[in-house]
Amino acid sequence: MDWILLAELSTNGVFVGLMYALVSLGIVLIYKTSGTANLAQGAIAMTGGYVTWALATLVGVPIWLAIPAALVIMFGFGLLMERIALRRMIGQPVIMTIMLTLGVEIMLRGLLPGVFGAAVKRLDIGLPQQPLFVGELLLNRSTLIGGSISLLLILLSLFFFNSRFGVVMRAVADDQTASWSVGIRVERAIAVAWGLAAVSATAAGVLWGSTQGVDWSLSLLLIKALAIAILGGLDSIPGVLVAGVIVGVAESLATGVLDPLVGGGSRDVVAAVIILVTLLLKPHGLFGRHHIERV
Amino acid sequence: MFYRRAGIRHTRYQDERQLFPLGFDRGLIIAVILVLLAAPFLFDRLYVSGYLLPWLIWTSAALGLNLLMGWSGQIHLGYGAVMGIGAYGSVHLVRLGVPLEIAMIAGGLLSATIGTMFGGAALRMKGIYLAMATLAMQYVVDFVISHSSVISGGSLATLQVPPVRFLGIPLQGDLPTYYLAFGVCFVITLFMLNVRRTSFGRALAALREKDYAAQILGISTFRYKLLAFWVSSFIGGVVGSLLAVTYLRAISPDQFHIELSIQILAMIIVGGLGSVLGPFFGTALILFAPIVLNNLLGAAAGTFGLSLPIDLRAHLPLMAYGALVIGFLLYEPLGLAKIYANFRNYLLVWPFRHAQR
Repeated sequence: MDWILLAELSTNGVFVGLMYALVSLGIVLIYKTSGTANLAQGAIAMTGGYVTWALATLVGVPIWLAIPAALVIMFGFGLLMERIALRRMIGQPVIMTIMLTLGVEIMLRGLLPGVFGAAVKRLDIGLPQQPLFVGELLLNRSTLIGGSISLLLILLSLFFFNSRFGVVMRAVADDQTASWSVGIRVERAIAVAWGLAAVSATAAGVLWGSTQGVDWSLSLLLIKALAIAILGGLDSIPGVLVAGVIVGVAESLATGVLDPLVGGGSRDVVAAVIILVTLLLKPHGLFGRHHIERV
Repeated sequence: MFYRRAGIRHTRYQDERQLFPLGFDRGLIIAVILVLLAAPFLFDRLYVSGYLLPWLIWTSAALGLNLLMGWSGQIHLGYGAVMGIGAYGSVHLVRLGVPLEIAMIAGGLLSATIGTMFGGAALRMKGIYLAMATLAMQYVVDFVISHSSVISGGSLATLQVPPVRFLGIPLQGDLPTYYLAFGVCFVITLFMLNVRRTSFGRALAALREKDYAAQILGISTFRYKLLAFWVSSFIGGVVGSLLAVTYLRAISPDQFHIELSIQILAMIIVGGLGSVLGPFFGTALILFAPIVLNNLLGAAAGTFGLSLPIDLRAHLPLMAYGALVIGFLLYEPLGLAKIYANFRNYLLVWPFRHAQR
């Protein structure tokens, strides 16, 4: 095993991991504010990709306008989903909310390919496809740019939590009843969290769609996003960054190192193994808060 | 469906404790069982092997998952993998010459062992974390099965089920396979009906309502959670081997993917969590709604001259599952079984209000 290959795999892995982390950001946002696991995040990313593609190709909007338009539409979609479906689930057992988001995932995964056709859609947002050579390393230019955009967006969300509304959302995350008593509109904070989660998923869907095309397989980002969220601790945004890099590098190394040994496909199982190992060794993740259950 | 409750006069405690206290219920159950027993002679071959057989098999699987999710309140997103372990275990044993009866039990035990390992690993967590752990289990098991040619059966990755005999009767043709599936489903249903009257079933119900409250009352939550995983995975393994032997006949890894898990989850949510009757309704709706919908759309397209894109029709089952799951969770979280019970109670209020409680 030569070092050049390892370095190349790890560098590409870092940026791929950052692109995964963007999907995971939404899961963490929602878990932080409402304590619900959003299993529909992968499907929402796919929906975002499809909406952008539909705007750019079917409607004919130029791509620089189609992406912001899709982000706005998906923000509305997130708000709507919270208002119609998730709000009715308040007070129900956690099993019900998980199943509801899974139901949304299944429906979106059937609806969009069903309506727009199952063939892979090309989404060209102007990312250069030719590889980049840094010294002896061969880097994938589109994941490089995609990863950098993701990093920027995640850092932006860190700053967002210091704004006025961000403080409101942190208060809701900390204690819903207490924030209610000081006049914070908890429902609105949760709704905005869903909207922002849909926005981050859409950004990820567009970035991934431009590298691998838009089709139903974008919803498979869910398992990777879950692995990142669990490893990072489910309620920590810096955790998403660190865990994203770890998952990306682990996956990339597994593809390069393990695949020749086991005959391919180890990429898909890395995320599952990371989830299991994290839950066994450190269930609250790297940066997660310990929840104390009072009787 | 006329529920005549009037005239029930229990004189012994045993009478009141029986499974179906209403005479009408008993009659209905016996009638249903008789129709199911006579089905191969009453209905067309296509309906028996194409509709009734999968209905019985999937219902058995849904009952097994319902023990875990409905009774003990633990979430499991990897039930398809559990069934896969049972199917592969028993088919390999059958190929080695072990009799099917033993191979099915052994497949169940294998599933129970592996399923309990994954479930037990997750017992420190609950809710969301358990969901993640079982989801991860699904992917890991899929990977192991499809990537070890010893298990999945070589380069083609399909494993033929050899001709087998059950209790001396060769499982060929529609009749023996149908009756085997019926028998297994009957036994599992009977078990599920009775389990809630045992201390085990009551402990699971206590666990579901509040686990630390149950612990305070002296129920070992650890032990009963593990037991719930064990029993449910055992049923899953047995049904997996039943599925392989009677329905699929040749198993490949992609038959036990996450899609199967989601299908069975949808069945118990639509049917009703924690109900025995529910999975029967839920399985029927989830298995047959896409077929009926597809036929209706095809007929509508034929009459009105519409041409539906093939992609739309191919994705119809997924849309139907999703919509059914969302709709039931929002409007009737206890599923079809609750709707049935509501209807029944309505009839007991009017027109049969002489009925005694």
